[in-house]
Amino acid sequence: MSDAVLDTLTRQEYPHGFVTDIDTDVIPAGLSEDVVRLISNKKGEPEWLLDWRLKAYRHWLTMVEPKWARVTYPPIDYQKIVYYAAPRSSKEGAPKSLADVEPELLAMYEKLGVPLKEREILAGVAVDAVIDSVSVATTFKEKLASVGIIFCSFSEAVREHPDLVKKYLGSVVPSSDNFFAALNSAVFSDGSFCFIPKGVRCPMELSTYFRINQADTGQFERTLIVAEQGAVVSYLEGCTAPKRDTNQLHAAVVELVALDDAQIKYSTVQNWYPGDREGKGGIYNFVTKRGKCAGRNSRISWTQVETGSAITWKYPSCILLGDGSVGAFYSVALTNNYQQADTGTKMIHIGKNTRSTIVSKGISAGHGQNTYRGAVTIMKNAEGARNYSQCDSLLIGDQCGAHTFPYIEVKNSSATLEHEASTSKIGEDQLFYCRQRGLSAEDAVSLIVNGFAKRVLKELPMEFAVEAQKLLGVSLEGSVG
Amino acid sequence: MNLLEITNLHASIEEDGHEILKGIDLVIRPGEVHALMGPNGSGKSTLAHVLSGRPGYVVTQGSARFLGMDLLAMPAEMRAREGIFLAFQYPVEIPGVSNTYFLRTAVNTVRKHRGQPELDAIDFLALLDEKAKLVEMEETLLNRSVNEGFSGGEKKRNEVLQMAVLDPKLAILDETDSGLDIDALRVAASGVNALRDGARGMLVITHYQRLLDYIIPDFVHVLSDGKIVKSGDKNLAKELEAKGYSWIEKEPPATASAVAGAAAR
Ligand SMILES: Nc1ncnc2c1ncn2[C@@H]1O[C@H](COP(=O)(O)OP(=O)(O)O)[C@@H](O)[C@H]1O
Ligand SMILES: [Mg+2]
Repeated sequence: MSDAVLDTLTRQEYPHGFVTDIDTDVIPAGLSEDVVRLISNKKGEPEWLLDWRLKAYRHWLTMVEPKWARVTYPPIDYQKIVYYAAPRSSKEGAPKSLADVEPELLAMYEKLGVPLKEREILAGVAVDAVIDSVSVATTFKEKLASVGIIFCSFSEAVREHPDLVKKYLGSVVPSSDNFFAALNSAVFSDGSFCFIPKGVRCPMELSTYFRINQADTGQFERTLIVAEQGAVVSYLEGCTAPKRDTNQLHAAVVELVALDDAQIKYSTVQNWYPGDREGKGGIYNFVTKRGKCAGRNSRISWTQVETGSAITWKYPSCILLGDGSVGAFYSVALTNNYQQADTGTKMIHIGKNTRSTIVSKGISAGHGQNTYRGAVTIMKNAEGARNYSQCDSLLIGDQCGAHTFPYIEVKNSSATLEHEASTSKIGEDQLFYCRQRGLSAEDAVSLIVNGFAKRVLKELPMEFAVEAQKLLGVSLEGSVG
Repeated sequence: MNLLEITNLHASIEEDGHEILKGIDLVIRPGEVHALMGPNGSGKSTLAHVLSGRPGYVVTQGSARFLGMDLLAMPAEMRAREGIFLAFQYPVEIPGVSNTYFLRTAVNTVRKHRGQPELDAIDFLALLDEKAKLVEMEETLLNRSVNEGFSGGEKKRNEVLQMAVLDPKLAILDETDSGLDIDALRVAASGVNALRDGARGMLVITHYQRLLDYIIPDFVHVLSDGKIVKSGDKNLAKELEAKGYSWIEKEPPATASAVAGAAAR
């Protein structure tokens, strides 16, 4: 696009890039069995969990980093990463109440706009706040507990509900699943645990807000959500990190389990620091997310808005085991400057009359590279399975790239699969049309992109849809040129 | 003050330096409706684009003033906010963005610029409702994505609707008639006529005389090869219709520029 347009645009800085000065308990960089033991010990874990970690670690040693994704980065030195960092005050476990949370931490979340004070603004949302390696606060716990819902940090769940954790941990993503999942299984520090008992419809949105603060630290959180028979829950995760010119690794694992007639809606607004305009710094977001529709007529839907991270490697998937179960994946992935994203989903149809929907919207600007990689597998006994896939790419400028790799494997001939794909470019004419009506170039781009992503954005819970819309606009500022 | 004052305007395509406008002189005063006619490729749309600030052109000579402001120094959105409206020859589709939302965003951007309070959803819908009647626009089209899946006629009516809602000081209509059947043409033209208020200026670009049966212009100019070669009143359009553009193109250049100079006053 023309220089005139470029010149009228200003560039917005990543607004969450500040570092908070808090006293932090950090272990030395490097990974070994001793480090795994140290982490487990710091968290006061039972023997079985340490064994589980060690098994994962030993398996990880035999694995190699996956190279099939369409992303490039210099080799990661796993011995240079710090695997545990926790704000000092929470050394002895999470604070009992908000009154025990350090004021610096409260101020940090305030600045990030995350409501830890159970107050008016997002009163309908319960938040678990995770910084570096630990959860520092979880709101609305008592209120949720009154209907039998467990919503707490992973560490607390290990202490208070070991049987549930033992039953479901690794049941969807085995510790040997892939390189990053194995690493996570060995060194995971904290995360959120949600358990919605039979027949309970969760009365509010549950959310976890992840924040990396410490330098050279990896974040390896684990989230486990279990919805029993007929339970319904909507969960949202958000994340930010300071601006640093080194790359930081984030390798999370999320497991979802839905029993008969249960519904889990999992939404992500991923806004890790993406690196600067020249591609320096940023988070490597290498994440394994998988849901198991274990019961009949269960439903799991993933909605993600991925605007941050230098590199995203992420395929939230559904195992459709129960007859009549339904999986969905709605994704907006945006790459600007030198960001790279290789993201998509796997829908594995095992049960009869299982259905899945995939809607992927990739937006590339600057030198951004955006890949959709998806697999739809219909197993032999998945009589009457149906899939609908739609993958659209939007290009802004001519130095970015969009790539689509849809894989399909059908072992049952009664399956119905539909696939649509498109690639379009924000044209000079669309932009000019908006500007001729008085909109600034930035507002025009934001409007066009939001229109493009609408089908996905409308899947987000209301409050977050508004945030996501703004985020898309901000992430693209400076991209028209 | 003159609404628009174009003096010796030369403009080229940025990419290849090809000159399209070769010295345009034109003055539009408040309330006047000017028709700009001319064969395909003579530069009518180019003039509309240069006046509204579309990227891709370079002005090599001359000037254009709008209410005394140096129009060419302003970015496109500022020209729009100051009151220049272009009804596009080829309106653009914006998938996923509702027509109503788009227009409300535009109206409020313009209002903000003028120091007026933004319209809330209710006030805006009242305004939209009133203007939609003017162009006989169905409500379903207002809720659909901007121009997506609209017929040619619907797109053009949508342009007139936007113009009515945005209330510009100078409206440039680029072949708003082309591709319309006679009924659609009448609707579009009556929408435009309803906006003639003695203050608003209009530059009505058309290839055919037909539109000018409905929108009676105060002045008619004929553009040929990037120059206004003839100016006159509404009868010039009729004459053109009878004799065809070849009649103009055969005029000796000297006579043509003398007429154009007179038109510029
Ligand atoms: N963006 C452009 N790039 C190249 N040539 C152009 C461009 N815009 C217009 N032209 C050329 O300029 C001339 C005038 O075009 P235009 O202004 O559209 O004429 P009209 O509207 O009178 O039919 C034509 O020869 C056309 O091909
Ligand atoms: Mg034209």
